[in-house]
Amino acid sequence: MATQLTSAGPGRRAPHGGRHRTEPYIVRDSAPVTLTGLTAKVVLLGLAAGIAVWAAFPLVEARAWAGLAILAGTTAAIFYLYLTRRHVPAKYLVPGTLLLIAFQIFPILYTASTAFTNFGDGHRGNKAEAIVAIQTASVTQVPGSTEYALAVATTGDPATGPLVFLVTDPATRAVYAGNAAGLRALPEGEVTVNSAGKVTAARGYTVLDAGQASARSAEITAFAVPTPGGAIRSSGLSRAYEGKATREYAEACDCVRDTATGRTWTADEGAGAFVAADGERLAQGWKVGVGLANFSRVLTDSTISGPFLRTLLWNVAFAVGSVAATFALGLLCALALHTPRMRGRALYRVLLILPYAMPSFAMLLVWRDLFNTDFGLVNRLFGLDVDWLGGVWSARLAVVLVQMWLGFPYMFLVATGALQAIPRELTEASTVDGAGPWQSFRRVTLPLLMVALTPLLISSFAFNFNNFNAVYLTTEGGPFPADNPTAGATDLLITYTFRLAFGAAGAQYGFAAAISVFIFAIVALLSAVSFRRTRRQEELYA
Amino acid sequence: MVAAALALSLATTGCGGGGDEPAASDSPAAKAAGGRLVIWADTKRTAALKPFADRFGQENGVTVEVQEIADEQQTTFVTASQQGSGPDVMVGAHDWIGNLVQNGAIDPVQLSAEQKAGFAEIALKAVTFNGQVYGVPYAMENVALIRNTDLAPQAPATVEDLVATGKRLKAEKKASEILCLQVGQSGDAYHLYPLYASAGGYLFGTGANGDYDPKDLGVGTPASVAAFEKIRALGEKGEGALKRSIGGENSIATFTAKKCAFLVSGPWAITDVKKAGLAYDISPVPGFAGGKPATPFVGVQAFYVAAKGKNKALAQEFVANYLTVPDLAVALYKAEPRPPALTAAFDQVKAEDADLDKFQAAGRDGAVLPAIPEMAAIWDPFGKAEAAIIGGADVATTVNAAAKTISGQIK
Repeated sequence: MATQLTSAGPGRRAPHGGRHRTEPYIVRDSAPVTLTGLTAKVVLLGLAAGIAVWAAFPLVEARAWAGLAILAGTTAAIFYLYLTRRHVPAKYLVPGTLLLIAFQIFPILYTASTAFTNFGDGHRGNKAEAIVAIQTASVTQVPGSTEYALAVATTGDPATGPLVFLVTDPATRAVYAGNAAGLRALPEGEVTVNSAGKVTAARGYTVLDAGQASARSAEITAFAVPTPGGAIRSSGLSRAYEGKATREYAEACDCVRDTATGRTWTADEGAGAFVAADGERLAQGWKVGVGLANFSRVLTDSTISGPFLRTLLWNVAFAVGSVAATFALGLLCALALHTPRMRGRALYRVLLILPYAMPSFAMLLVWRDLFNTDFGLVNRLFGLDVDWLGGVWSARLAVVLVQMWLGFPYMFLVATGALQAIPRELTEASTVDGAGPWQSFRRVTLPLLMVALTPLLISSFAFNFNNFNAVYLTTEGGPFPADNPTAGATDLLITYTFRLAFGAAGAQYGFAAAISVFIFAIVALLSAVSFRRTRRQEELYA
Repeated sequence: MVAAALALSLATTGCGGGGDEPAASDSPAAKAAGGRLVIWADTKRTAALKPFADRFGQENGVTVEVQEIADEQQTTFVTASQQGSGPDVMVGAHDWIGNLVQNGAIDPVQLSAEQKAGFAEIALKAVTFNGQVYGVPYAMENVALIRNTDLAPQAPATVEDLVATGKRLKAEKKASEILCLQVGQSGDAYHLYPLYASAGGYLFGTGANGDYDPKDLGVGTPASVAAFEKIRALGEKGEGALKRSIGGENSIATFTAKKCAFLVSGPWAITDVKKAGLAYDISPVPGFAGGKPATPFVGVQAFYVAAKGKNKALAQEFVANYLTVPDLAVALYKAEPRPPALTAAFDQVKAEDADLDKFQAAGRDGAVLPAIPEMAAIWDPFGKAEAAIIGGADVATTVNAAAKTISGQIK
């Protein structure tokens, strides 16, 4: 960012009338192009250009011309922006805006647009890819056919000449040359065959080595020598077999036909799959837009909407409970260590912050084991026999306790900071006015603290609302009621969604995106309401 | 500014479906040098594969790269394949096949009759899906009963024997648990399956061609309810042999700490058991007295040819014609001791590792772990039902709720 500081200042705004131009403006405007500034600018712009070139190659390869145009346009705009002395505010705003677009707006739009498709396992690619997959998967070896040794050759240049398969029948050691026209026997004298039966040289042909052949891999894989029973295809570079595709796509009926059984599967563009008359689907489908189907499934499917309200209630309770518990404990510690009479405060502060410094996912797994009924430390230490994670309320309590342990250092830190910002004179004054310690805390300190901390509490609430790890790594959402294995007692909406979308019938990204949109709406609504209330509170105490 | 440009390029490549990570280096220079084969494997196998990949590269004048995918291999592979940045060859478990096929991520591998004959029958059956061979198997695995021979010198013939021995040891304070079979709060269908099968339950029926039939769901049938009644009797409200407090994270550790005499686990547990210096032996998981055999699931690790790979001909050559040599299977066995699927390789390592034969004997009548995509719908509800029933829940209600959830997802 050094570039902007040297190349342009507020000087651009100086009136150009001449008369009003003041000394400092002139100095700033005409100048200081320092060496460091220039170097930084060159290096950073060079990096931008380098990254653009690096990003361009895959775009060209994927023929994503729209993406390439955006890339070129943006890069040109960046160069223009930082090479002119104009548009100073934009120089500051553009980096942040680009980051915002790339990491916030694009993912949100992408998620929202996915919610209207059936994107997921079995529906990832387009229809053409599905047809290729179906046909490739149906190529089987013709029963009783010969297994040939294969040499890939050409009649022309190794890199570009027309391909020929030189195949050897292992039983008779007869050699044939095959191309799109079919098989032709080669006279014995014209070919040299090694002990494995593979042709090493043949008159009129150049045998490709593995390197040359693999450079033409796609052609070789697609190459088929027609035979009465099917076609001779390669199996790698040294073997060939006679195979036959039993399923073929016919454009006329937009269907896939099985040549062996005569069964047909017709394309269903609404479902993105080939469907037979009796409803049987081919596994390889493609991605299609499904409109609001994912959203209506959330609302109408009773196994989803049934436990939804209960899960939502617990989700809110968990988020509120976690925030309240961590805040209460954190504030208590902060207050205790705020007393100047306390000795060794620095040491205590370090000790209290320790849980915050440990990787939370590892701590969550440790806590899961601590709550184990037979081997866990909690039961052993207190001589209990509680099935912590197996009972509905004990599991919920355990999850909140773990969250409290993980989260209180954060609250302790922010509360300590906020407490230090409150002038001691205020509490002293209230003491002089005859307030007890509780009263002065309740009436003076706490309201002032809340003004500073409420926004943090709200963001902490939003974080805990979607605290996937806290539940998934400890209880996995359990315990589950005997009559419903999809929604457990400690499930948050996000873990519940994860199970619905990824836990069962493969990944269903479209459906998961739809539920994410719902959760987004719920969190946004709750946060908006709480922020409104905070604003009122601020007005009250400000 | 750099960050902005980076973010921009991320955004644009993201929507253009361009290449992140490995694909980007597919430069024209590499092509001119004679082609390049990219193999993806997990951490342990990457190291074992490298020498063979290099040898294959030298013999054929091509570059072979083995890249390590540490986590979520299947998802990474499917997503990368779709974007065109996937590998040419993938290494993974056979029960991925159903999902990989429905996503058009792998191609069939055409093996000759002679090549097929080299593999253990069950391994070949595992990689066969809809009548096509989709991968070249290299290792097999299944659970067995591992026992501490100091505590239990005799292999139990039945579950009842096992429970009796376990209870006696518990009464004598020699052990604190009857059996270490991982259940956990969410259940574990894979480890429970031998007992469930012995008690008469099944997950999917088999069609005429021996393939699993997703329309014949075994969960929710009267036989499955009866099977779970027997499981419940072993649970927390019964004998106490099956407990939710024993899960994946502590079952092996509890066994190696000599707190239980019996462990149901697979070859992956042996390293820990050996390290603990226990006297142990391996036998098949016993069944219920008068019940069906306790068949474990047999899983297979395999090499796949990626359908969207850039060098499929070379990938086919590597997988179908090069991997069928025993040397590689032996090297992979040394990287992680799972029984090789290639009979010749198995015979070679069997002499130095007696455990292999015992594991294979335990899995001889095993059921191939279903690879059909519908199996994904089973794991979670079945496990939850298992945990609830072991905790003492009513069997019929629980099993029927699980069956309803599963069939709702299969549709």
